[in-house]
Amino acid sequence: MQPENKKTFEREKVVEIINSVLNKVEHGADDPKVILNELKDLQRIIEQTRAEVGAAQAGDISDKHIPTATDELDAVVANTADATGKIMDSCEAIDEIAGNLGEQGAVISGETIKIFEACSFQDITGQRITKVVSTLKTIEEKVSRLVNALGAAMPDAGSVSEGEDTRQGDERLLNGPQMSDKAISQDDIDKLLDSF
Amino acid sequence: MSVDKNMNVLIVDDYNTMLRIIKNLLKQLGFNNVDEASDGQMALEKVQAKSYGLIISDWNMEPMTGYELLKAIRGSGKAYQNTPFIMVTAESKTENVVLAKQAGVNNYIVKPFNAETLKNKISAVLGDF
Repeated sequence: MQPENKKTFEREKVVEIINSVLNKVEHGADDPKVILNELKDLQRIIEQTRAEVGAAQAGDISDKHIPTATDELDAVVANTADATGKIMDSCEAIDEIAGNLGEQGAVISGETIKIFEACSFQDITGQRITKVVSTLKTIEEKVSRLVNALGAAMPDAGSVSEGEDTRQGDERLLNGPQMSDKAISQDDIDKLLDSF
Repeated sequence: MSVDKNMNVLIVDDYNTMLRIIKNLLKQLGFNNVDEASDGQMALEKVQAKSYGLIISDWNMEPMTGYELLKAIRGSGKAYQNTPFIMVTAESKTENVVLAKQAGVNNYIVKPFNAETLKNKISAVLGDF
């Protein structure tokens, strides 16, 4: 059975069992063993689901992956805002000089205005990223709720933790831009190199 | 109708980048008396304290949005209640435009925009300049 079909089947089975148990309890079933067996089936499905959630390391999604992703996105907004600010500082300085240059200055001012217009990308991307962060936080909340509802499902002992770095060789050294609180500064790097 | 470029203009946006862009575009258009506010509440306080010939505001701000600012100004019953108001926003849904219009907005600019668009919209509200 395909995984998706299996899930649908399990969901339907849970509903079927619950309805059957409720029906028997409401109408006073004469054999408690039938109810007991149905409840055992339900227990089996719940345990299986817990094990699957555990094996999927669902807790890592809300505890590690999403917070890391949102931090990275926040850093993108902050860094682009900073860079855009510096571009506009230069444009304002150029504009001031251009004000004293007559006709040629007007041409220069016209060009700096185009740079200002283009800088609005930072505002738009900032708003878009904020929306993405908000969506990720909603997913994080829902995954947390799901994991809590199913109890502290233990990860499958044989599986590799999502947080574990399984990369080999040079690839293992590549982590992209570091967050400022995790990165070491150029000064620190220089000191480290000097120490050799 | 001629536009007095010496009038006070209030620009409202929670993104400093956007405030600087609009301020510089206005400067290019000849408006030099420009005040800034970073949210609706701050803008309302400025409007209550000083007379403005034009307000240009973003919609999406906290704690007071541009839409709430617009409604507060239009419903104030004060001398500033009819101050020309242009909404500059990334909120481009028809529903938003209709709501803003019903609340008394004079014009609506969708981000990103350029100096020419800003000039055209100001002209549409205040007259040619």
